[in-house]
Amino acid sequence: MITLLALVPILGALLVTLLPRSSHRQQLLARHVAVGVSVVALVVALVIAGRFDIGTGGYQFVEEHSWIGPLGAWYSVGLNGIGLTLVLLTVILTPVVLLASYRDELPGRRSANSYVAWMLVLEGLAILVFTATDAFLFYVAFEATLVPIYFLIGSYGGPERQKAAITFLLYNLLGGLLMLAAVVGLYVVSQDAGEASFRLADLASVPMGETTEKLLFLGFMAAFAVKAPLWPFHTWLPEAAASATPATSVLMVSVIDKVGTFGMIRWGLELFPGAADWASPTIMALAVVSIVYGALAAIGSTDIRRLVAYTSVSHFGFIILGIFTFTQTATTGSVLYMFNHGLSTAALFLVTGVMIARRGSAEITAFGGVQKIAPVMSGVLLVAGLSSLSLPGLAPFVSEFLVLAGTFTVNVPLAVIATTGIVLAAVYVLVLYQRTMTGPLTDQAKVVTDLTPREVAALSPLVVVIIGLGLFPQPMLDLVNPAVALVLGSIELGGLP
Amino acid sequence: MIPAPELDYALLSPLLIVAAAALGGVLVEAFCPRGPRFVVQTGLAGLASVAALAVSAVLFATADLGVTDEPGRTVVADEASLITWMMLAVFAVLGVLLFADRRLDGGLSAFTGRAADRPGSAEEAEALRLRVEHTEVFPLAMFALLGMMLFAASSDLLTMFVALEVLSLPLYLLCGIARRRRLLSQEAALKYFVLGAFSSAFFLYGIALAYGYSGSFAIGALGEDHPDTELRLAAVALMAVGLLFKVGAVPFHTWTPDVYVGAPTPVTAFMAAGTKAAAFVALMRVLFAATETDWQPLVAVVAGVTMLVGSLLAIAQSDVKRMLAYSSIAHAGFLLTGLLGDLSPSAVLFYLATYGVASIGAFAVVMLVRDAGGEATASARWAGLGRENPVLGVSFAIFMLSFAGIPLTGGFVGKLSVFIEAGDGGYWPVVVLGVVVSAVAAFFYVRMITVMFFAEPDGVAVASGAIATTTVVVVAALGTVILGILPGPVLELVQHAGSLVP
Repeated sequence: MITLLALVPILGALLVTLLPRSSHRQQLLARHVAVGVSVVALVVALVIAGRFDIGTGGYQFVEEHSWIGPLGAWYSVGLNGIGLTLVLLTVILTPVVLLASYRDELPGRRSANSYVAWMLVLEGLAILVFTATDAFLFYVAFEATLVPIYFLIGSYGGPERQKAAITFLLYNLLGGLLMLAAVVGLYVVSQDAGEASFRLADLASVPMGETTEKLLFLGFMAAFAVKAPLWPFHTWLPEAAASATPATSVLMVSVIDKVGTFGMIRWGLELFPGAADWASPTIMALAVVSIVYGALAAIGSTDIRRLVAYTSVSHFGFIILGIFTFTQTATTGSVLYMFNHGLSTAALFLVTGVMIARRGSAEITAFGGVQKIAPVMSGVLLVAGLSSLSLPGLAPFVSEFLVLAGTFTVNVPLAVIATTGIVLAAVYVLVLYQRTMTGPLTDQAKVVTDLTPREVAALSPLVVVIIGLGLFPQPMLDLVNPAVALVLGSIELGGLP
Repeated sequence: MIPAPELDYALLSPLLIVAAAALGGVLVEAFCPRGPRFVVQTGLAGLASVAALAVSAVLFATADLGVTDEPGRTVVADEASLITWMMLAVFAVLGVLLFADRRLDGGLSAFTGRAADRPGSAEEAEALRLRVEHTEVFPLAMFALLGMMLFAASSDLLTMFVALEVLSLPLYLLCGIARRRRLLSQEAALKYFVLGAFSSAFFLYGIALAYGYSGSFAIGALGEDHPDTELRLAAVALMAVGLLFKVGAVPFHTWTPDVYVGAPTPVTAFMAAGTKAAAFVALMRVLFAATETDWQPLVAVVAGVTMLVGSLLAIAQSDVKRMLAYSSIAHAGFLLTGLLGDLSPSAVLFYLATYGVASIGAFAVVMLVRDAGGEATASARWAGLGRENPVLGVSFAIFMLSFAGIPLTGGFVGKLSVFIEAGDGGYWPVVVLGVVVSAVAAFFYVRMITVMFFAEPDGVAVASGAIATTTVVVVAALGTVILGILPGPVLELVQHAGSLVP
């Protein structure tokens, strides 16, 4: 089932690549096909979700085949509540992004076929990353996601795209390669313990010395901290987001960057509970710095895309903070936060992307009073912005509240500082909205036209889910709770159920 | 007194086939008229390579390779030898295809028509007009292949030295006969020859010292305990110098960039893949046998310095061929980390296979990207190539990603394997340095992809109709991807390589 889910977008990408691409009409067909493929993936994922047993925290839909015998690498996939949450995020966002990107202007004579094909490849790889229960498979898929994003930024981004693409790739590759050293270490450790195997289940029971565990944990964390992005390893993100198309930014920030925080739980906590416990004070401190720094940098940004990127740095701080409190409340909140942040940031990137494309500039000062001529756009920006500042009633509020509540039980000073992040979030969101949408309509902003029906169709599911999960978060909590309990059980710290 | 050994001709048949093809090629030069000569030579070399591959594979599958430790044995056809022979034969098949492509340069091959003519002279123009060709390149390549195969299968130091010369001398010649940029090519040949001869002398000196303390030329004797440890140390060290020169490790790497750039690109491709493979197997045969010498810490240092220097210098290159040359130095460093484990050649053999295939493919792409002056090797001229010619661009991107060690390419599995070896041996600093250097190295590989796909086209032409070369590119690209996604069979194959030491 999971293999099918991962194969649908990858085979779909192949199909789209093979479709004719010489005329505008043909490329439009390729886009339609890509949307169709992503909807099929969504349906498959919903079938999986429907058959998922939320009562247990263990892995379901498990598939296992020996892949590379001599290396002990398995094609081994499975889903728990945490993985399913992120898979759902991926399959929901991909059709949204594909629909919203119809009017993206591609530089040069580049065809839309490759553009949408890369996005589908990315979707398939993301599903593999979130379902892999073998360290080798996870590493391969994790690193492989770099290639589609690299091409998406480098081929289709803004004027600075070449530099941005290389920066993105090298930064993430360095983190990933440090993880490779840790993967090598895992192999050696598991070989010493008997038969070499990269399966999560086998690795979790391998005895390792304290120092070894810490070093391996740090190797994995290097990759995840760059990916997540945790201050001070975040510098690539604003750069990349400023040069990428909105669609690429959404896939990169909302989906792929989640691999960082997801990896912290699946590989950091499950494999190295002792080391995670040892490192948690430092990581929590860095997370709080991320929250405040990201928010301040967002307030100081004059470029809308950078602003949104920095808000994500701040939000990722909350997610990481929640994970490393090791309380049921906060860690569950973090998993939910990943999902909600994915939706709200997607909405924010897409709607600002439309604004920027219409206006031809990403500077905040280039806009003013736009709500008078584009009320729908302004409304969507408001909802997306309010969800980003965690307004009660919208989905992110629940998760942010859980993270902070859990953190208060563990470390009050950090929780207090983190709470200021909420205030700062109100500042950057309202400043953005006020300067671009309210006030008198400036002459230069008159070129902005409202959302097209297709763009509304793409964005409305996001708005619906954001409001829906804000009012009824319980299903998601039920899905995530058992898996988190199981993970935290391995740390033997646990918390409130 | 050297006892006459009993020869198992069946086991030696891959060597004999290649030797026969080389000698036969010389006879073809003498007796075959000029018209069909090129085709005959190509066919002979190609068939011999394929036959050597097939026979090696059959022997590997069927023959009893139980190593007998009889005295006076000079060539050993063990699993490692046969695997190396198969690998070299594959490289040779691809190499012959590159040598044979006459559609690159307006109906001409990459080799000069008459090497004896002065560059730019009237005689040279006449040779061009008459379309004379050096068909000797094929027997020369076969001699080099014979030397490589023998080099990797020697169990006796003298044989190894002879093999070293048999593989080197034809390559010196081949390096000097490029059609374009002939002075550079001749300079490369001379440099390679002088420095190569110098390193051979080191190797020979090492052999002499080894004989001095053990009274034997057998490689196995290097492991004998002997009271005179200084002599043993000096012998192993001097031999290692000669071999490290051949693999292009720092500080014996300085010949690599000039020779790689100056040599005709098909020769560079064959040499980069073949020489490295043969020399690494020979290096492992010597070092793994020297059990009493604690050489691993020194090799760890050489490995670290080699990958660092190779990668850092490669960043500064603006010429694709030169960048590939420095990258080959960096890869020598990565390969050396595979020697730091429990003395198993498997990881290095796998790495050699992936590196060789990707190298041949990458140089084949270099052959195809041309402008009026021949190959357009300035990397800036490759702008937009990937969009103008997707097959070539995607293939080259695959080679670059493989060199960079990105998953789903063979290079990744190779890198993982050698790092596992080093980790097994406890050389964690080398592993960490290795991954950091990999990130550095990724910069210049990825920069090529950026130039090819993200920059606007520069109007550089691609040699059309060069079917043989294009075939090599596509085959190498497919091989690189297959070795990355399904490396299992090849990994299992190299695991049979045993320990190299009888």
